Amino acid sequence: MTIAFKPDETFRGDYTYRNSDAAVLRFPFPFPEDRYMYSVNIEPHVRSGPSDVFLRPFDVDEHYIAECRDKAITLERDPGRCQVLPHMMLAQWDTLELLMESLSADYPALFSLVKEGDDFGSRWTWTNRPLGIEQRFIFGDPATLPCEPFEYITRQAQGDFAICDQRDNNLYMDAGMVTSQADWSLEFDVGMSFMEWHGPVPLAHQTGVFERALKYLLMLRLGQPVRRLNWTMTINPRLDTSPESFPEWGPDRASVTPDNAGRKVHLRVELQTLWRLPRSNAILFPIRCYLASLEDLARVPKWGARLHRVLSTLPPELVEYKGLTRYLPAALEWLARHDDGRELPVGTESGITTL
Amino acid sequence: MIGETLRLKVAAVADIAPGLRHVRLVAADGGKLPPAAAGAHVQLVLAGATRTHRNAYSLVSRPGARDAWEIIVRRVPTSRGGSAYVHESLQAGDVLEAGWPGNLFAPVRTARRQLMIAGGIGITPFLSYLAEFAFSGVEHALHVCCRESERHAFDPWLADRPHVAWHWDADGHRLDIPALLAAQPMGTHLYVCGPAAMNDEVLAAAAAAGWPDTHVHCEHFGSALSGGEAFRAFLARSGIEVDVAEDESLLDAIERVGVKAPCLCRGGACGVCVTPLLEGEAEHRDHVLSAEERAAGRLIMPCVSRARAGRLVLDL
Ligand code: HEM
Ligand code: FES
Repeated sequence: MTIAFKPDETFRGDYTYRNSDAAVLRFPFPFPEDRYMYSVNIEPHVRSGPSDVFLRPFDVDEHYIAECRDKAITLERDPGRCQVLPHMMLAQWDTLELLMESLSADYPALFSLVKEGDDFGSRWTWTNRPLGIEQRFIFGDPATLPCEPFEYITRQAQGDFAICDQRDNNLYMDAGMVTSQADWSLEFDVGMSFMEWHGPVPLAHQTGVFERALKYLLMLRLGQPVRRLNWTMTINPRLDTSPESFPEWGPDRASVTPDNAGRKVHLRVELQTLWRLPRSNAILFPIRCYLASLEDLARVPKWGARLHRVLSTLPPELVEYKGLTRYLPAALEWLARHDDGRELPVGTESGITTL
Repeated sequence: MIGETLRLKVAAVADIAPGLRHVRLVAADGGKLPPAAAGAHVQLVLAGATRTHRNAYSLVSRPGARDAWEIIVRRVPTSRGGSAYVHESLQAGDVLEAGWPGNLFAPVRTARRQLMIAGGIGITPFLSYLAEFAFSGVEHALHVCCRESERHAFDPWLADRPHVAWHWDADGHRLDIPALLAAQPMGTHLYVCGPAAMNDEVLAAAAAAGWPDTHVHCEHFGSALSGGEAFRAFLARSGIEVDVAEDESLLDAIERVGVKAPCLCRGGACGVCVTPLLEGEAEHRDHVLSAEERAAGRLIMPCVSRARAGRLVLDL
């Protein structure tokens, strides 16, 4: 497998981010049915599923190099996007080991890890060919890396990462690398418990979604990661939609018209996985973000029509919470042209092999 | 790092004291084991003479070790169970099935000081705690109550471990639990692992001294999510009788006989597998059904729940 990276595309300014045909076809479309509501949509993170993004535990795609650069820009402007509380050092090494082992095993042409031993104190050599990095270091000794281990490895990975410490039968967001979030703030959430950081989410608390999800996660087992898809919408292919940078992207919501919605409005899907970490017993929560414009999605007839139906029946509380209010009518008008009202099969598969 | 079961080969067995057997386990395929750490246990499948035992043992190996795991098993004199099997039958070269490590007794890493009290073989989880605390540098102390004759059995794991005190049943050597607890600074977390009577005594002393529950931890091997007594289920719509083994879930058994059942999380949280229960009494282990629904007895979550007694008849 070779990946044709697009190292120069941008997620800000001139927004040159584009999906290839293959990237559109493998998009993790999140709607199996014509209606959407919150649920405990958690399933085992096995190496298969309706989209190729599920084939490997940590998916690397054509946007890898450009996304890592965008992350570096965000961190340069706001170093507080990476925060780790002091008791999380073991979890930092757990994360580095999990990512290095998985990436080197699944993408041997891109990444390699050579170890002289597995214990703390062993010499490791990490090679990241797409980013041109070769790093020798001592596993367990932070002083041998250019920055702390969690920041080091998550700078070289697509998506955001949170680590939840487990204690008192609860989860606490005690570490995070968060540069591509859907309008929530690590600065605000760091140290909070599962129910606290989920406080702003409407409707789901009342139906017991979070209570059940938390009980399930407390029993999450080593070696048996799970996943769920979450989604929202973003104007322009922008990764950094944080509250901190709101002035840079918030006003774009007013720029959407029924004519430009196809290009401007993006479905933002997060493939969230949950991993029990071996040494720290913490839970790693990678949030891998995929962006596709309405134009991209409508090239798959089933997806264009289904998105129209989901958005036109979305509960008003969700429309408000996800920040869609301003431009939803324009997006719906654009999407209506791609929905002929025929019955759609249940499931998220595209149903086609070429565009 | 994904997997559920492992095949382990016994690399060595050795008696380290009368009734205490040390077992060293490696991956049967010669590969690496998953890392595990302070407080972790491994569940071994031990094929005894009359039945198969599934026993959980704390790992006493170096935290994060991937070349070999070590456990220490005390012989329980009255038992014909797993411990007898380990002491009488287990030999180097044997291959065992095991689960991936679990951890129901991880130390709290926000603690300012870690205080451990062990009774006898209850020292085992603390051997890995000590290794971690030595590495992280957190202030800590371990108090072990055991027979005087067993004091030195654990020496191989305690070299370079200065914060260990020994207590036994003789004047001047007994542990004064209330006095120990009273002497702890704020921010201390207390861990206890020993015989039930000792655990209860320590927990009661901590409660009496006003320790918050969040700072007091007791090792108990909780029931795994799946597994329990074997039972039988009848799938009424398919007309198939299913035997559900001790170590499989009802859902696993249904899938094994080729009946398709809806499911998602496989852990009792999403509600997708909900199935009408036509006959029989369920032991509910899910987080979905309300108390009223459980009382009504007409629904079951086959991914985690089992039969309380006798046979279940499902509308599947
Ligand atoms: C343990 C790891 C998890 C972390 C760190 C996490 C974090 C978050 C955060 C930061 C938000 C945004 C809240 C805000 O508006 O400020 C959120 C939203 C949400 N979370 Fe989680 N979450 C986790 C697990 C889960 C799980 C297992 C579920 C399963 C049901 C879940 C369901 C949701 C839902 C439904 C939303 C609203 C999303 C939307 O409509 O855009 N979360 N989560
Ligand atoms: S599969 Fe989720 S509750 Fe059974």
